[in-house]
Amino acid sequence: MAGSRGGKRNREEADKYSVLLPTYNERENLPLIVWLLVKYFGESGYNYEIIVIDDGSPDGTLQIAEQLQKIYGDDKIVLRPRAKKLGLGTAYIHGIKHATGNFIIIMDADLSHHPKFIPEFIKKQKEGGYDLVSGTRYRGDGGVYGWDLRRKLISRGANFVTQVLLRPGASDLTGSFRLYKKDVLERLVERCVSKGYVFQMEMIVRARQLGYTIGEVPISFVDRVYGESKLGGNEIVSFLKGLLTLFATT
Amino acid sequence: MTKLLEWLLGVSLVGVAWGLVTFDLLDLQLPAAYKEVAWPMPVYLLVVFGCYSLATIGYRVATFNDCEEAAKELQAQIQEAKDDLKKKGLKM
Repeated sequence: MAGSRGGKRNREEADKYSVLLPTYNERENLPLIVWLLVKYFGESGYNYEIIVIDDGSPDGTLQIAEQLQKIYGDDKIVLRPRAKKLGLGTAYIHGIKHATGNFIIIMDADLSHHPKFIPEFIKKQKEGGYDLVSGTRYRGDGGVYGWDLRRKLISRGANFVTQVLLRPGASDLTGSFRLYKKDVLERLVERCVSKGYVFQMEMIVRARQLGYTIGEVPISFVDRVYGESKLGGNEIVSFLKGLLTLFATT
Repeated sequence: MTKLLEWLLGVSLVGVAWGLVTFDLLDLQLPAAYKEVAWPMPVYLLVVFGCYSLATIGYRVATFNDCEEAAKELQAQIQEAKDDLKKKGLKM
């Protein structure tokens, strides 16, 4: 028993998880998310690194990141900043280039995604050998905090339309808390052309097209940015445009 | 095949079948009952789908989990993190 446990440990240690954190003006949240990541990865024993991709934040996010690097080590906190805000897809490409792990975790740096789910993602991935594991707010005990009725209605409505039109085989397409095998993420980012919410949707749709397997883990999404209208008319219109584009082209 | 093409194909097939039965295009001499039932089918199915959609979305909104515990836990951990980082020398 002890012998086989030792063998399993070795295999686990051979896996390394690179967390990509694209940041823009996250001076307040970055230390907190890093602390949580260090806590949960530390407890789980998995090998990891955190790659901070700061897009020239004017609020000093990079300076905070440098302090964190001194505290936790530059093997654990890797800084790969860029000169200006260049978008998520290119941030992933940039991050992948410098990732030394064989798995990549993408997540938001604003604490809406909680690192406590990462060990669950990893466990799920190992269970099914999945090419990607997606955090879902819509199934199991997944959920949200801080959303009013309007936001919930729009979210569920949009998801329903997406399910009907695209039949994607995943319950949460606009979510951005995911674990990918590195080569899978590389291939998918190459092929995706959309922006914003639709980019995350396109990743899942293309993954299905290429025959990749997708696992799901329920997550809680804690929205702390109160009062900010993140789902205005413009966003809904561009979402629908993107959805119809995917409908017509995939 | 794109999803759009799948839908167009599906709708065409259903449309042709409906047209055949309703307007007796193949001169099959089907009983009148078939035609009577088939004729309003498209509208009927749309209405059924509409009701299903509303019911499903309504149900999902009503049962959308509110993660109170998660929010509380996060608040507590944020405080813990700030204290610990200050100890470790972080200047925020």
